[in-house]
Amino acid sequence: MPINLYIFLALALFSIGVIGVLTRRNAIIIFMCIELMLNSVNLLLVAFSKMHLADMLAKVPGAVNNGADAQLFVFFIMVVAAAEVTVGLAIIVMMYRNVHSVDVNFLNRLKN
Amino acid sequence: MNGIILSAIFGVLMMFSSILTSNKATIRSLAIVLCALLLAGNIAEQSGWVLFHVNTSGMLHFSSYGLLFNSIAYFVTLLYFLLSARDIESVGINAAEYFALLFFILAGVAIVSSYDNLLMLFLGIEIISIPLYILTGSDKRNLKSNEAALKYFLMGSFSTGIMLMGITLMYGAKGTFALSGLTETVNPGRNAWYISGLLLLLISMAFKVSAAPFHFWTPDVYDGAPTVFTAFMATMVKAAVFIGFIRLFDTAFPASGQNWKLVLSVITAATLFIGNVTAIFQQSVKRMLAYSSIAQAGFMLFALYSYNDLSKEGLILYSLGYSLATVGIFAVLIRMKDYTFEGFNGLARTQPVLAATTTIFLLSLAGIPLTLGFFSKYYMLAAAVKNGGNLWLVFFAILCAVISVYYYFRVIQAMYFKTGQAEMEPVNAGFRWTLVGMAALVILLGIFPNLVLQYLYF
Repeated sequence: MPINLYIFLALALFSIGVIGVLTRRNAIIIFMCIELMLNSVNLLLVAFSKMHLADMLAKVPGAVNNGADAQLFVFFIMVVAAAEVTVGLAIIVMMYRNVHSVDVNFLNRLKN
Repeated sequence: MNGIILSAIFGVLMMFSSILTSNKATIRSLAIVLCALLLAGNIAEQSGWVLFHVNTSGMLHFSSYGLLFNSIAYFVTLLYFLLSARDIESVGINAAEYFALLFFILAGVAIVSSYDNLLMLFLGIEIISIPLYILTGSDKRNLKSNEAALKYFLMGSFSTGIMLMGITLMYGAKGTFALSGLTETVNPGRNAWYISGLLLLLISMAFKVSAAPFHFWTPDVYDGAPTVFTAFMATMVKAAVFIGFIRLFDTAFPASGQNWKLVLSVITAATLFIGNVTAIFQQSVKRMLAYSSIAQAGFMLFALYSYNDLSKEGLILYSLGYSLATVGIFAVLIRMKDYTFEGFNGLARTQPVLAATTTIFLLSLAGIPLTLGFFSKYYMLAAAVKNGGNLWLVFFAILCAVISVYYYFRVIQAMYFKTGQAEMEPVNAGFRWTLVGMAALVILLGIFPNLVLQYLYF
């Protein structure tokens, strides 16, 4: 499959995530949209990894490790995203305990 | 390497200390001692004694520039602990954990100041950000603190997503995450990926340093967070991201031509304008300092705009001068009962030493000669003049510095020329002497800035 299709898919997912973050009002849904952004990046990284591997194999037949660093990066993103979820959900729960709502519109009421 | 490993170990030590003892004084002294050790370890590395020999080639590169910045960050953190350790404890019941998180942030600072690979940049920024989300929300019953934590978290992870997309597109164009690989020429068909990736990376870094179009989260977060942690967020963290920023510019941006100057000059001018003009209208000193940190970020952006030797030196001076002054002002502000300008009325009569040192710090932030703030601003503007072209930006910056004098002097005016009873919590002699020492340092380095800069060239 040509790389362009993967790029279109990843960018579409990423844009859905960005639009979701900017338009939705529920903290949990915003959070899901951020996760969608991160996962579209993962998809794109893996696609690029295969692309660079194919590029390099065409030039140097033995270079089977090319592109492995991108797949490594994917694991780091997953780990960091998990750490972020831990903290983020704790913050959302903390807010829910105090105001019994996860609506971010509530936040604007507190502005001064 | 010493800095990263020691601060991670010390963070874990601080966590375990809360199991062994519940005595707050012990925990506080332990944190101060560990921070001093961390500073000593990093200075040892500057003189060539590396405690841990780990092969980090291709991932981290320890230059004298990054190491000097680490020393500055640890030194200011040490002063911050000396001044505000009691206030850190009084935020909540988990005193030791707050110190542990601060040590983990310092590990992230050391990574960001010496990364050599975009993977490490990402990890460093996240190691800084995630503990900060917790610290921002550490005042659990306070709605403003909750609001700030949620806002900071959502904005922070959103900008992380943008940064990752940028890194990925750059990888797609170049086939490597190493900074050195970014200078190589691109397959022309993939140049668009590289440019858009770089733009996304620039946007996400602008988010982290609160540069103008992406600054809107800053005042709310700085205002809502517990004041002790605002002091840390506004100084060490912001300066560290700038050092990471300039490492990126070292390689990635020159390789892609001069078009960045225009984008950067617009961001710089907008940051200076919004920060300074909005700060005038604030009623709370804490919120004024939040906007002033945006304005100071505008000056630090000059280092990126006019990338040369002078601006690299200037950024080191700026991070030191700005951090010293801001930590000092915040240390006094935390002890105040009332955070508005009126709360400072007549402070000079009740606490003459604190009022005098705060005045010196404010003068330094405004960039009055004989203080460190003057030289750091001077280096930034001189660097831009040296590069030539776009002198309008320099004039605009000077104009903004003049505007900033107004709101900094409002505090001085309130302290000295207004009558009132400024109420504040009792302070001890150690607190006063630390502040006096910091003020003396601001003036000393304002006369001899080379005392710091000479360490760049060992």
